[in-house]
Amino acid sequence: MQDPQGRLAENILYFARALRAAGIPVGPGAVLDALAAVRTAGVGTRDDFYWTLHAVFVKRHEHSVLFDQAFRIFFRKRGYLDRLLALMSPPVPGVVPEAPPAASQRVLDALFAGAEKVEREKSEIEIDARFTVSDREVLEKKDFAQMTTAEIAAAKEAIKQLVLGFDEVMTRRLAPHPHDHIVDMRRTLRSSMKAGGAVIDLKYLGRRKRLPPIVALVDISGSMSQYTRMFLHFLHAMTDARKRVSTFLFGTRLTNVSRALKEKDPDEALAACSASVFDWSGGTRIATSLATFNKLWARRVLTQGAVVLLITDGLERDPDERLGFEIDRLHRSCRRLVWLNPLLRFSGFEAKARGIKVMLPHVDEMRPIHNLESMRDLCRALSGVGGRETDPKTWLKRVA
Amino acid sequence: MKQPGQIKALPASIDETLELLAGADYLADRSLATVLFLALKMGRPIFLEGEAGVGKTEIGKVLASTLGRRLIRLQCYEGLDVAAAVYEWNYAAQMIAIRIAEAGGEGDRDRLTHDVFSERFLVKRPLLQALEPDPAGPPVLLIDELDRSDEAFEAFLLEVLADYQVTIPELGTVKAEHPPIAVITSNRTREIHDALKRRCLYHWVGYPSATRELEIVRAKVPGIGKKLSQQVVGFVQALRKQDLFKSPGVAETLDWATALSELDTVALDPATVSDTLGVLLKYQDDIARLEGGKVKELLDQVQAELRAAE
Repeated sequence: MQDPQGRLAENILYFARALRAAGIPVGPGAVLDALAAVRTAGVGTRDDFYWTLHAVFVKRHEHSVLFDQAFRIFFRKRGYLDRLLALMSPPVPGVVPEAPPAASQRVLDALFAGAEKVEREKSEIEIDARFTVSDREVLEKKDFAQMTTAEIAAAKEAIKQLVLGFDEVMTRRLAPHPHDHIVDMRRTLRSSMKAGGAVIDLKYLGRRKRLPPIVALVDISGSMSQYTRMFLHFLHAMTDARKRVSTFLFGTRLTNVSRALKEKDPDEALAACSASVFDWSGGTRIATSLATFNKLWARRVLTQGAVVLLITDGLERDPDERLGFEIDRLHRSCRRLVWLNPLLRFSGFEAKARGIKVMLPHVDEMRPIHNLESMRDLCRALSGVGGRETDPKTWLKRVA
Repeated sequence: MKQPGQIKALPASIDETLELLAGADYLADRSLATVLFLALKMGRPIFLEGEAGVGKTEIGKVLASTLGRRLIRLQCYEGLDVAAAVYEWNYAAQMIAIRIAEAGGEGDRDRLTHDVFSERFLVKRPLLQALEPDPAGPPVLLIDELDRSDEAFEAFLLEVLADYQVTIPELGTVKAEHPPIAVITSNRTREIHDALKRRCLYHWVGYPSATRELEIVRAKVPGIGKKLSQQVVGFVQALRKQDLFKSPGVAETLDWATALSELDTVALDPATVSDTLGVLLKYQDDIARLEGGKVKELLDQVQAELRAAE
């Protein structure tokens, strides 16, 4: 049994590498686990082998598909799996494990052939997508100018000074507090013990405050394209500075770029965003994008008092009742909906466009930006508690 | 207390795991049985994710009942902390102990501290209970809806799930001699951190296939007729293909099947479906979407499929 065991380890190792190449984060610990799991379960059938590896390697539902493809490609037509099954099943009298020459080389071939295949399939999907979308959609790749050091430093500084007015949520967790009203029995008792229990020295607890999760929905259509780079840089700095920031980009379709923005380097992060989005500077379908968000993501990211930052000019091609319905649902499922509208760059702006009029009643705040030129302007617009200036009613009244 | 005779050994193969679950009317896919078997064998926690109502919590319950183990359930919620999940000191009793020591003229401060922070005054919460030895074998620890707790609590679970131990500063480290069978469920209302998932075996519990769902309905709703059960499952399966905000889960199918058999329905008709749609769909706009002939259309489609299959 030594030989198949040895090759089993080797093959699982190569398979893990294939998975890593395909984008599933698999650490060395998982390989050891997989080996232990396969030994435990015994390799019965192809299905059992599949699900055993699946149980160990897949930690996210979305990775299931990748795993499936990788498994098929890796163990395809190679006869390896069948031989392995034959070897590992208990009654194996006289089966001589035929050692194929340079097994590892062939596995390597399979690995790289596999990677190419996945790549090609991906690009095919892209091309397919081009035909299915409407003529209004412009599929375009975007190259962002590299960040300068000064720019990065300025962004960090601006984010540090940014105090969001909607940025404190009381949690139900308690923390030591000098004078709040809940008695912390545990600390009280411990400090009393110091004095032998003669004096009871009361200690207190207060509610802990926390920064809420931020979900940013950013319009990247043509009319917004001049600001896209700044918004992405801003959100990258935010993602870096605080815990839960999710970013979605939308033009004609919705893309989640939260993971891409987690790259430490802003240039790499923006490049990763650029690579995962196909509808730069095209048209806008706000209603469709919001509907996708509501259906697929709202229940996953809008928990624990999330604040939604909607960054769009609100210029929908054909606003209908769906837009109102979706923005209303979005409003109901988050704690605060803040609309950042760069169209307000003219102080004489009026909420005349139909899309804007439909959306305004459903937002909590409308943050105006006059003259958006730097990160500092952006942070200034978001800072502080909103007043009359940010109340959507003010804007609606002006048009009425 | 369970009798020692009821304790069952852990299943020795994937097939035995399937049988074990089926014994308690839980009809699982082979993929799920594989994960469960591995988790039991390797002593790893199981992390189950999926839509609401697909039977995640039920797995913990079924494991406990079929293996004859104690079920310890920790329902997660926002603000859940160590005092509610792991342990707390019985402060009132401690205070009294201090007063008695004083009255008795006990002067040794160290001794008093030692006495007051001893196991006698410890109130054990679910996670600590799960680490204690149990005559019926290691218990099943069901950590339900982990996504509802906040991240701070998640970080705390790391120690418990990796080493099956809890550190109490005043008392020392409590380590389980035999690790409990840990089942964690999540509705995915937020992402659980990768560090926690890494320690578990992951499984996505999806909606069952039509054949499997039919078996489940017949096992769980014994009085249901053959035709009605087929129609119910066919209709629910068709509903899941619609563009709904929340598709009905297996729990809803079972509720609906029970409701229909309580109403003595023999076969589905559009009127009955419309009247009982609230059992299946829980969002007003989903229900509105099915108004105006859509129910009849779906029903006709289901009946045509059933006729074709005969």
